[in-house]
Amino acid sequence: MMYQWHYIFFTPFIAIILTILGGGIIFYILGFNPIEALKFYFITPISNLYGLSELLLKATPLCLIAIGLSFCFKSNNWNIGAEGQLTFGAIVGGGVALLFYNQEGFYILPLVILAGAIGGMIFALIPATLKTYFNTNEILVSLMLVYVSKLLLDYLVVGPWSNPEGFNFPETRQFSDSSRMPLLFEGLRIHAGIFLALAAVMLSWFILYKTYLGFQIKVSGLSLKTAKYAGFKGKTMILVVFMISGACAGLAGVGEITGPIGQLHRMISPDYGFTAIIVAFLGRLNPFGIIFASLVVALTYLGAETAQIFLQIPKYTGQVFQGMILFFLLASDYLLFFKVKILNLKKNELRH
Amino acid sequence: MSLDISFIGILIGSIMASSVPLILAASGELITERSGVLNLGVEGMMIIGAISGFALMVITDNLFIAIVGSMFSGVIISLIFGFLTQSLLTNHVATGLALTIFGIGLSAMLGKNFVGIPGKEFPILFSSLRESIPFFGPILFGHSIVLYFAFALPFLTNYFLKKTKLGLVVRAVGDSPVSASNQGINVTLVRYCCILYGGAMCGLAGAYLSLIYTPQWIENMTAGRGWIALALVVFATWSPIKVLIGALIFGGITILQLHMQAIGFRIPVQFLSALPYLMTIIVLVVISRDSRKIKLNTPTSLGRIFYKEK
Repeated sequence: MMYQWHYIFFTPFIAIILTILGGGIIFYILGFNPIEALKFYFITPISNLYGLSELLLKATPLCLIAIGLSFCFKSNNWNIGAEGQLTFGAIVGGGVALLFYNQEGFYILPLVILAGAIGGMIFALIPATLKTYFNTNEILVSLMLVYVSKLLLDYLVVGPWSNPEGFNFPETRQFSDSSRMPLLFEGLRIHAGIFLALAAVMLSWFILYKTYLGFQIKVSGLSLKTAKYAGFKGKTMILVVFMISGACAGLAGVGEITGPIGQLHRMISPDYGFTAIIVAFLGRLNPFGIIFASLVVALTYLGAETAQIFLQIPKYTGQVFQGMILFFLLASDYLLFFKVKILNLKKNELRH
Repeated sequence: MSLDISFIGILIGSIMASSVPLILAASGELITERSGVLNLGVEGMMIIGAISGFALMVITDNLFIAIVGSMFSGVIISLIFGFLTQSLLTNHVATGLALTIFGIGLSAMLGKNFVGIPGKEFPILFSSLRESIPFFGPILFGHSIVLYFAFALPFLTNYFLKKTKLGLVVRAVGDSPVSASNQGINVTLVRYCCILYGGAMCGLAGAYLSLIYTPQWIENMTAGRGWIALALVVFATWSPIKVLIGALIFGGITILQLHMQAIGFRIPVQFLSALPYLMTIIVLVVISRDSRKIKLNTPTSLGRIFYKEK
């Protein structure tokens, strides 16, 4: 198959345009003026400073998780349980934050963040270990663990960790200010977690393109046989990519609870872990592509909320858009590759 | 709550009822996977089946139309997957995930106006026999027609795959699409059919949930059953009869967990609810440990893209 690099970065734009067109058609079927609905969806949410801050706030966890997932997907490991790793990271990080709920100190936030990353890492090691030593399917195991982690969180916030002064609401105490991510601007919710995401982008670019590990990951993704022939340690690599991916998801979870949320409760993530899969693909598993993709997909979250408020369109349209983006992305790949091939053949035929 | 013989009969009957969506979805997916296609969109197709079945029931007030319509909607939504993976040669895993995300979103969108509407009672067969025979009554009788169909399906699937020519074609396409193609079989067409059949069964599984099992529409009501059905296919090592056994085990855990909650078992509810998911992981580990056994039964070209050079 011919794979010309500039098309790789071209198809996401086609997919986005097709998704917007498809969305317009859906809005029309639902009985809305498509132009107006699309305006509420894609322009209104980011037409002021607050909206832009919300966009970055939502893009931060998506970007972090997708960066982690890109390591897995590049090496043909299908970790689709990032939502679970995010939840477990938030549980561990949140647990540490709750330990210090009545204390202040500069060391608390780094501890909480570290705990979250380790939590996500440990949780991702479960499917990875089972895959390496018992040959189990990582897709199913990582996905089942999502449900397990959500039930665990539910148990904790209802039971042992629930706020003693909280009138039995399913939530923990508020974290102390020292466990909260510093806000970047007065009055906006955007917080320092965005630097974690940017650091992850830089680091992943370095690992993937400048180190031996990154080379191994890419080769294994392209051809497992070649990787084996070259003597790469396949099992260790599976564990490593899952650990990276889990740590990123855990960081995203911790970023949410120490950032905008400030405590643990049932709804710490609107399925960021699943949506990040789409972000990773839309970003072409490329660190800088993922930044762009996370902004686009974050906009579908915001747009869904705005459309719900102004047009009473249910906010699940967000997921419909996200599904469509991935459908169109996968589809437009084909159209480009094969058109190119056919045209080249014809040129050759003409020459002969 | 006494553990007398009639109670056990009722218990077994309810286990059977809770395993029906798993049997239907897993049997459908089994045929799809046997033809070499890995469709991870089971959850999405089920939830679409659930909402379209329920919506049609509310609109037409006709359960037959609702059931057939749910299967039809399963076919339509799986056609998206079929077109992408078979005609546009996209990656099976990514396309299946997109299908699930899309399906969950679309179902919630379509179902907005159907939340809170009470369902209709689904007719059950042989209800008089259910009461009159002590132990076997609640097991064998008083179920919906869909349940009887679901319990026949694994045997039909087994017969189809092992004894019919068409079944052989499906297996050939799944194991070696190139040889099958050289024999003059239209691989893409066979795979399309298997994908659409899987979609129909997943749609029916969803409709069973929203029309019969808990007759109402709740957002995200499939609650991971589609993924458990996918795990069941691996659990069964792609053999239809084992799908039935596996589904009964999972149905059993689900019912057991509900009963333990009801009698106030001293374990937090959340841990009991997590049991089916944990059980899936444990079962996968036990089954997959022996890699030879898995390899022996896995359709050789599962999830691989087949492209015929023209």
